[in-house]
Parts: sequence; structure tokens; C-alpha cells
Amino acid sequence: MRYSPAAGMARVISSFTGLGKKYGLEWWILVIGAFIILAIITMALFSSSIAPFSPYDQNTGSQLAPPGGEHLMGTDNLQRDVWSRIVHGSRTILRVAVLAAIMSSIIGITLGLISGFSGGFFDRVTSLIMDSVYSFPGLILAIAFAAMLGPGVINITLAVSVIYIPTYFRLVRGQTLAIKEELYVEAAKAIGASGFTILWKYIFPNVIATTVVVFTLNVADAIMIEAALTYLGLGLPPSIVDWGMDLAMGKKFLPSGQWWLITFPGAMISLLALGFTMLGEGLAEILNPRLLER
Amino acid sequence: MVLRVMPGDPVSSMLGGHAPEKVIEQKKQELGLNRPLPIQYLDYLWQVCRLDLGDSMVFKQRVTKAIAEKLPATIELSIFGILITLFLGVFLGAYAADKRRKVQDYVIRLYGIVVYCIPVYWMGLMLQLIFGIWFDVLPIAGRTGPRVFASTFEKTGLYVLDTILVRDFSALGDVLIHLILPAFTLGLVLSGIFIRLTRANMLDVLKADYITAAEARGIPHSKIVYKHALKNAFIPILTMMGLQIALLMAGAVLTETTFSWPGMGRLLLERIYLRDYPTIQGVIIIIALVVATASLIVDIIYAIVDPRVRY
Amino acid sequence: MKTILDIENLTVNFPINIGTVRAVEDVSLKLEEGEVMGLVGESGCGKSTLGFSILRLLRPPGRIVKGRILYHGQDIVQMSEREILSLRGRKIAMIFQDPLTSLNPLFRIDQQFIETLLTHEKRLGKKTAFTRAEKMLESLGISPERLLEYPHQMSGGMRQRIMIGMGLILNPDLLIADEPTTSLDVIVEAQFLDLLNELRKQFNLTIILITHNLGNVAQLADRITVMYGGTLMEVGEANDIFDNPLHPYTQGLLSSIPNIKLDQPELKIMPGSPPDLVNPPSGCVFHPRCPYVKEICKVRKPEISQKDGRLVRCWLYG
Repeated sequence: MRYSPAAGMARVISSFTGLGKKYGLEWWILVIGAFIILAIITMALFSSSIAPFSPYDQNTGSQLAPPGGEHLMGTDNLQRDVWSRIVHGSRTILRVAVLAAIMSSIIGITLGLISGFSGGFFDRVTSLIMDSVYSFPGLILAIAFAAMLGPGVINITLAVSVIYIPTYFRLVRGQTLAIKEELYVEAAKAIGASGFTILWKYIFPNVIATTVVVFTLNVADAIMIEAALTYLGLGLPPSIVDWGMDLAMGKKFLPSGQWWLITFPGAMISLLALGFTMLGEGLAEILNPRLLER
Repeated sequence: MVLRVMPGDPVSSMLGGHAPEKVIEQKKQELGLNRPLPIQYLDYLWQVCRLDLGDSMVFKQRVTKAIAEKLPATIELSIFGILITLFLGVFLGAYAADKRRKVQDYVIRLYGIVVYCIPVYWMGLMLQLIFGIWFDVLPIAGRTGPRVFASTFEKTGLYVLDTILVRDFSALGDVLIHLILPAFTLGLVLSGIFIRLTRANMLDVLKADYITAAEARGIPHSKIVYKHALKNAFIPILTMMGLQIALLMAGAVLTETTFSWPGMGRLLLERIYLRDYPTIQGVIIIIALVVATASLIVDIIYAIVDPRVRY
Repeated sequence: MKTILDIENLTVNFPINIGTVRAVEDVSLKLEEGEVMGLVGESGCGKSTLGFSILRLLRPPGRIVKGRILYHGQDIVQMSEREILSLRGRKIAMIFQDPLTSLNPLFRIDQQFIETLLTHEKRLGKKTAFTRAEKMLESLGISPERLLEYPHQMSGGMRQRIMIGMGLILNPDLLIADEPTTSLDVIVEAQFLDLLNELRKQFNLTIILITHNLGNVAQLADRITVMYGGTLMEVGEANDIFDNPLHPYTQGLLSSIPNIKLDQPELKIMPGSPPDLVNPPSGCVFHPRCPYVKEICKVRKPEISQKDGRLVRCWLYG
């Protein structure tokens, strides 16, 4: 069968708009979010090809130049091209945020499943710890951890990941507790299914949908926390290219009006966080319109 | 309540454990740091209960004193931040619920999502840029201007209150102007959450029978939305407020660094750079206490506002 | 006898995502001053929607698409926002099914009364309003001290009386009662109906009693309107209809009431289920369940015919 590229495109577009009509606003929010994320991921993956200069290059010719001409976003006080630093910075932030989210989710979900399912002393102690961490301001905890662990990519990832573990824990534990009481689980137990089988086959699949949503929002939060940490000077050494750090450095030039040093990094942080948030929100409303109101 | 104070502890114990490496043997003996960790920890807890947070490692200063000097600034900023968040969040949320599915609703909801994704400090910097540099109408740092001396009115540390008490109204004006940008920065970012919450609650409340019954009595629409419905929707919002105090504290730290606001957040960071562990621990414990107290206060307010809980 | 309310060809639709729900189809009704009109039918027949439409309290997406509702010559459907606000609560009042949820839980009873009074009579002071509320409570048999209480502190029957009180405080001409006894137990229900009767005489009220409970209607109503599937089926004097129901649906309705005096081996029910209002049956909306169905019933909707002083919409009579 042969498809002309035009026909193929037309089919993709029509299925897009078809889903759009079905789900309304949420679908478009999801699409926009996904688009933003993909764009920035592309930026991260192909940063060397996209960025005109090296982010470390201190000889680009002009110091503190406003945006224009060769330098799309201007240059900083060390003659580095801002746009190149933005492009390369995307790698750092994505790496830390996504990795932290993955770590959080694995630990949080596992603990939540076990705790919810087995109950008893373990459950009580773990819940207590999780609740304490959860009610404490995340950023401050992250600051404490980052300060303790010192600078470094691994360290900052660890610091960021700890914050979100309780969120997954509570979510999964709650669902596990609810599903545990369902009749079909009783039935499975009656025919001799082991604890692990029940966890894997019954509880886990139910938990996945909400977890995916939480994951995207987790990444969004992780992005914000990572940037906040580096802005405060904790977490990463100055040798690594990072949006938060660029913001901190650009802050010094604010009084003299060199706005491009802070505007672009900050906008990128917002944009990336927004992308993940939109993806998460769109997914949430589509997957479970009951839970979230309309 | 006690549970919520605990979070400070795992962190402080870890930080406490970090210190010994940095201290020479003699000092170690002196400070009792060569005792087993659990004993140190219990000892510290006992100290805390007696409101003694120890001495700063870096400055010749009692930690409690250092914190007490900076705490009011943070509290003042937080209060104004909350006020802005509430005003913006609640009214925009109610308005969006009223104009459901119309343009205003979508715009406000979009604003809610976007605003949350904007880093507090970036918002602060941009506001500083626009209002402080380009338009030059608002100050971008500190709590008071160059010609105002806090010592002339300082009593509680809450400058708005102090200047009113002393009736120094020009100073009051100065203090308020300095509050505008930081409070807005703090308040705007959190308002997104409240908008969504208020809107959701309002939509539920507006479906209620008593709303229809009030309509049937000829009560005008705006009163129905902003008096009848809002008061009912407000209660769950209050509870949510308690949970947001944590976010507020986090935001305060970032706002303080951006605006050179002499509060606890800045203190925390300062001391982290200086590796002044006792102070760091102290600040974290105070923050935990603040969060716990705030939750308690919210519970009390809840009981006052909802008559059903009382009887 | 003066006609106080004249509903002409009222049609109300609810456009939803699966189609348009035809809740009220071409209903015409005249209400005489001082009478109690029982508006009966099963759930979903459109009686409540009709009631809500009179005061334009329909929730979106509900819309009045056609028809007029004439009150003292003015068409309610065309009224401005201001005009309708002054009508509600003052000339035409409405009370609802569940008194617990119909009263705002966060406001005291006196506050709710005073608000209603001051909305319509702005010059009235708070004190005068309070006194009026006290008097109203007395005439309802409630101690005035209870004005300072909150709704949840009262019993169900008392709340329902408060509801009536708030409805009647401004002395309206017409009271629409939407299933007012459904959430009350039997004894309180009886008291409530007695009270309604008393008040009707005392205030010279016209009442539309919307209910699916034929017992209420038997006790209180002067005339009855029977609705089914959004359409008017039969209108007539209450006694006449009970003695001799003309419309097959009315007959089915009345015979399904268990009668303790009769020796019934089994309860009579009407076969079938209520119509789908998005895709209603063709012709007469009742024809799938009618024991006397003829060919014409499936094709054409019957006109309203007059018989023995009654209105019936059935091919048996027209």
C-alpha cells in the first residue's frame, strides 16, 4: 500500500483534531505541553549542533552585548553567548529533573505498595516518616540536603529526589489500601495467589494511570527545585552550564539594565516547567475526568 | 502536631553528625561532640525544649537571638504575601467559576497554571527589572529606604505595626512601599493554586440547593456568588491554606535572597555558606514549628467560621 | 375567577452532548386565583422543569425555547433581569424538596429572613425585618427564639416550615412547591399539608403543588394536571379525575396505588418504562405503554380535547 506523504499528514492531523473535539481544551493543553517538551528535549540532544558557540567560549567578541546580530540572546560579562548557554543548559536541567523523578517514583511507589499492602508496624512507621517529610517545605529540605551533600550532579539529583518520595508513597499507599479491600483481591487470595502476585497483577495496574500524571508533575516540580537550588548557589559547581546559575550570575547586572541575562534563563525554566505541567494536567483530565472537576 | 515538628529533626541530626569532622579535637571534647550520636541528639532535643538553640559556631551569638532578630521580617513578608495570594486567588477563582466556560474562565485558568511554573525568584527579578529599573517607581531591596532608620520605631520587628504604634506615618509609607514588590512576588506565584481550588469549590457550591433557593427569593446574582456561595466555598480553602504555609516558607527563602530582605530565609542561606551548623539547625526547627503552628491556627479558624463544627 | 398565571405553549429543552432533552413539550396551562393545582407525574415527566421555568430558575444548559408565561399580562419569558428579580420571592415564591440543603448552612435563620426582606423592601430597617420574621415564625408555630439558630440545629419538619415562612414572608400571590414532602416522614407530611392549607386560606395563596405523591394531591388540590414525557395529558377538577380518570395514563397511575380495602392479588403496574426524552416515541408519547393504543396514536400526537369540563390529550376522546 502506498501512502503519499500529504495523505499521511492529513490523517495525522485529522486524528489530532478528532481527539481534540472529543476531549476539548485538555487535549490541546496536553499537545502544547508535549510539543514544548519535545522541542526542549531536541535542544538538549542536539545542543552541540544547535548552539552557535560553545557555552564556555569566553572569546565571542563582545562583552555584555544586548540581543541581536550574531548573538540571539546577547552575551554575558565573560563574553559567553547566552543562547548557547541556554541550549546547553537544557541538558543539565533535564537530566537532573528526569532522573530525580525516576528515582523518587521507584522508591516511593515500591514503599507505598509494600506499606499499603502489608500494613502493621512497618506501615505505621513509614507513614509517619513520610507524612513528616511531606508536610515540611520541600525546597528547604532540598536546600538542607544539597548543603550537606555538597555540589555535584549526583548530589543535586539525590537532593531533589528525596522531596517527592512521600507524594508517590501516599498516592500509591492510598490506592493500595482501597484496592486491597476489593472483592476481586479477596477472590484471588482465596485461590492462593501470593502477596507479590496480587501486588503485581491487581494493584499495580490500577495505580499506574495516576502515577503517570504525578510523574509529569513531579518532573515539573523537580525542574523548579533544581533551578532554585542552583540559583541559590547550592548543588552544582560553576563549571557546569545551568539556567539557575546563569540567573544568579545575571542578577548582579540587573541594576545596570542588562535584562537579557536574567530574562532568557528564567523564561526557559518557566517554559520547561510549564510544558511538563501542561502535559500532566492534560493527561489528568483526560484519563480521569471524574476526579478533576470540569 | 508533634509529628510535624519531627521533620526538622531528621535533618538536624544529620547536620549535627556532619559537624564533628570539621572541628578540632579539643573543641570536640569541649562541645561534647565525641559522645555517641544518639546521646548528642537527645541532648539537643532537651535543649530545644528549653528554647535554647545553642550558640552560633561562627559568630559570637546565641542562635535564638540571631533568629529572633530575623524572624519578624519573614513573618511580615509572609503575611502580606498570603493576603495577596488570598485576594487574587479567591476572587479570581470565584469570578472564573461564575463565568464558567466563557473566555474569562479559560484565561484565568491558564493564568493559574502558568503562574505556578514561574520561579518565584525570576518573578522577583523581572518585577525588579520592570518596576525598579525601567520605571523606577518601586525599591528593589531591603525593608526601609536610606533615610529611614528602623531603630527609631522598632518594637516588635513587624515594621508596619511598629510605625503605626509610634505614629510615624512617613516611615509607614516607606515600609509599605518596600513591601510591595516582595509581597507581590511571593503572593502571585501561590495565587495560581488558590484560583484553581476556589474555582473548583465554587463550582460545587453553586450547584447546591440553597443557591437555587436563594435565587428563587430574588437575591441578585452577584450577592449569590460573592456572599452565599463564596462563604461556603471558603472553608475548604482555609484548610488548604494551612498546607500552603510550607510552600510559602520555601517561597519566602527565595524571595528574601532576591530582595535582600533581612529575614530567616536569608539567614539560613548565609549560615549554610558559612557552615554554621547550630544556626542552620535552629532555623530549620523554627521553620518546622511555624508550619505546625500555622496548621493549628488554621484548624482553629475553621472551627470559628463553620458553625456546624461548633455545635 | 381570575386567571393569575397563563402558560402558553411552553417548550423547554436541555441540549446536552448526546442530543437534546425535550423536557417540556408545548404545555399550556391556566392557573386560577386562590386554587391549589396539583402537578403530578412520574420522575422525569417535566413537572419540576415546568415549575422552575415559571421563575426562570432553569440551570444551563436548560433553555426555554418557545412559549409564553403570562403573569398579570406580562410575559415572564421576556422579562428583563431586574423585573424577574423583583418577581422572585415577592410575587411568586418557590419552596423545594429538601429543607436541609435548601437553607444556607452558614447563615442564621434570622439573617436569611432579613436578607430576603431587605432585598425587596430596601427601606425596611433591620429591626422591622426581624420583627416581621418573628411574627412569621409564630404563625408557623415556631418559637421566635429559634431565629437565632442555624439550619442544622432544627428538625426536618421545622426546617420545612421555615422554608415556607421565607417563601411567604413577602406575601406573594403564587407559591410553587416542588416536591415539598418527599423528604419528610408521614406524620410530618400530614402536618405540613395541613399547614399549607391553613396558610393558603390565611394569605389567599395560589399554590402549584408539584409532586409524584397522589395522596398529597388528593388531600389538598382543587385541580390536577397530569404530565407524562414532558407533555400535558389531562387537566381537571381533582375529584372528577379521581372518580373518573379519562386518560389511560391517569387510569394507570391511579390504579397502581395499593388500596387496602380492595382484595388485590397483585399490584397493578404499567408495563414499559418512562420515555427517552432525547428520542421520544413518535406520535403520542405514551403509546408504547398504552393499553388502548391505536394506529393513529403511533403516528400523530393527539390534540387537546375538551370533555366534561376537562382537558385530555388522547385520541380516545378527540
